[in-house]
Amino acid sequence: MSIQIRTMAAMMASGESPDILFWVGCAGSFDDRAKKITKALVKILNHCKVNFAVLGNEESCTGDPAKRVGNEFTFQMQALMNIEVLNGYEVKKIVTACPHCFNTLKNEYPGLGGTYEVIHHTQLIQDLINTGKLALADNGTFKGKKITFHDPCYLGRANDVYEAPRVLIEKLDAALVEMKRCKTNGLCCGAGGAQMFKEAEKGNKEINIERTEDALETSANIIATGCPFCNTMMTDGIKHFEKEEDVKVMDIAELIANAADL
Amino acid sequence: MHQLIFSVLTLVSFGFFAFNLRKIAQNIHMGLPLDRTDRKADRWRTMLLVALGQKKMFTRPIPALLHLSLYAAFVITQIELVEILIDGISGSHRFFQDSLGGFYTFMISFIEILSILAFIGTIAFLARRNMLKLPRLSMKELVGWPTLDANLILVFELILISFIFTMNGADEVLRQQVNQTNGFAISSWFGPLLFGGITDTQTLHILEQIGWWGHILMVYTFMNYLPYSKHLHIFMAFPNTFYSKLDPKGQFTNMKSVTNEVKLMLDPNADPYAAAPPDAAPARFGAKDVTDLTWKNLMDAYSCTECGRCTSACPANTTGKLLSPRKIMMDTRDRMVELGDYKRKNGPDTDDGKSLLGNYITEEELWACTSCNACVQECPVNIDPLAIIMDLRRFLVMEESKVPTELTGMLTNIENNGAPWQFAAAERLNWANED
Repeated sequence: MSIQIRTMAAMMASGESPDILFWVGCAGSFDDRAKKITKALVKILNHCKVNFAVLGNEESCTGDPAKRVGNEFTFQMQALMNIEVLNGYEVKKIVTACPHCFNTLKNEYPGLGGTYEVIHHTQLIQDLINTGKLALADNGTFKGKKITFHDPCYLGRANDVYEAPRVLIEKLDAALVEMKRCKTNGLCCGAGGAQMFKEAEKGNKEINIERTEDALETSANIIATGCPFCNTMMTDGIKHFEKEEDVKVMDIAELIANAADL
Repeated sequence: MHQLIFSVLTLVSFGFFAFNLRKIAQNIHMGLPLDRTDRKADRWRTMLLVALGQKKMFTRPIPALLHLSLYAAFVITQIELVEILIDGISGSHRFFQDSLGGFYTFMISFIEILSILAFIGTIAFLARRNMLKLPRLSMKELVGWPTLDANLILVFELILISFIFTMNGADEVLRQQVNQTNGFAISSWFGPLLFGGITDTQTLHILEQIGWWGHILMVYTFMNYLPYSKHLHIFMAFPNTFYSKLDPKGQFTNMKSVTNEVKLMLDPNADPYAAAPPDAAPARFGAKDVTDLTWKNLMDAYSCTECGRCTSACPANTTGKLLSPRKIMMDTRDRMVELGDYKRKNGPDTDDGKSLLGNYITEEELWACTSCNACVQECPVNIDPLAIIMDLRRFLVMEESKVPTELTGMLTNIENNGAPWQFAAAERLNWANED
């Protein structure tokens, strides 16, 4: 199935306006692994006939990594430019598959003049299922599989979203198994606070290895995430233990797209 | 004579305590202003749940129960202290006993039972610290004074409780000599067990007096020890939770000073040579010393009881990195006390040339943080170590341009092409046409 995407600019030119903006994010746009998540989400949106748009080349980094590094100048430059674009298109509602974009857009943009309803893609998918727009096929893709969910810090602790991803996993024909550290006690994957873009400080272990051990302890077949950076870190962790054959790291959007035969 | 000594002692104790509280208030006021007066109802609720109700303690049930026994004994004993004050000043003996009757017996019995539980709890805490050597209670930042401080408090508790039972026990034996009883739950049998062999009334009176004076002396010692100790959390927990950050944990402050500058940069009509308005820029961006932090950051530091739950949950610390959120809080407090003392001695506008960043906290610690909020989540009294870490990073980056090399590249990419990696904005939609 080919995917259908329209940009804000194109919609505006034809006098239309979308119900929701899909904020793709830098990882979702440029990272090879994360692009697959982006596509899975678009397939779901297309299937449910959601009237959405993307910003395309008018989107720019939210400034999250700059802010966490401590460079407030770069953050606010990005934020003010993005807000100008978003307000220019009169955007009201935004969905994103990146908890870092989610947190920044939802919490840090309002103080700078950009107030939108911002939801994480797991919340949108949950809504699509609840309203009957999306039905999962009984295709047995996940039959007998064990799935564990790694809470992204910027979705969980930072914004108290713990349920939406779990509700979705429970809709699959699979068993949700929790790691010993989960929800409010979830352990970071090691990428937050701009650590993604630097070598870790000196220590005796990489954080993603520690977290991967938590996941492997559950003997889950699939580690589900809701963040492109967590996905990278957990995938690297699985490679470290040479478990690529046995354990897959997948985004919730990918799990749902598979289960819905998209 | 007793009454005179007691009254003078009481005045001196409360006076010295007030003197130290004023110092603490002054030190907290070295911080920058911050408005935390909104959402009063939420603030009261948070304080009642987290400080009074100890909600967050109960994520670890066993220490929570032990802690609760000490806490309950401490709170309820304050009622008895009222009577001790009246007895001490007026020379009466158990002022409320006759007028309150059965209720009095119930209250003192309740206090006795809680005191026994607290005694057991205290011994368990001492064992956990000194024999079981719990990892989070034997880390390197606790070497020296912090460890001694923790043990001193526990020993104080044991002595204090021992005096209570000496007092009540001897009093009970005296009563039983004239075929009466106080009827308190513990001392009515424990008293005779301890002192039943003593028949000399005079000796028992002296024992009772030793218990009474020992108790009140320990209470005053304890009170005046608090301002020098991590144990100050028994008071600070209340204001500190009341003034908690109520925004989502992921929401960091937007620096107003930066907004002004960025808006000027983006405004084509701005006059680059215009004189800056007087309140345009702060002394510095971010924090180098405690005076660059907010008063709430400093109150956080005074509220920390060094339990180390933050550090035991910190992904950086548990994987062997230098960062320990508890150390960040201890350093902030120690530096604040040092600078406060210096300013009181040499004048409010003086500075000793030292700073929190550099003399206490190193860059390596700051760069290990993943901003995951585990420390903030864990803290039983809602301390926010992450806010301090971020403000110190801001100073490093915006004032000193001290950024790890890889991050410089990432920041340059964001500034040049709007992404942390080197991809052009024009390529943003390429994914749509790839397989």
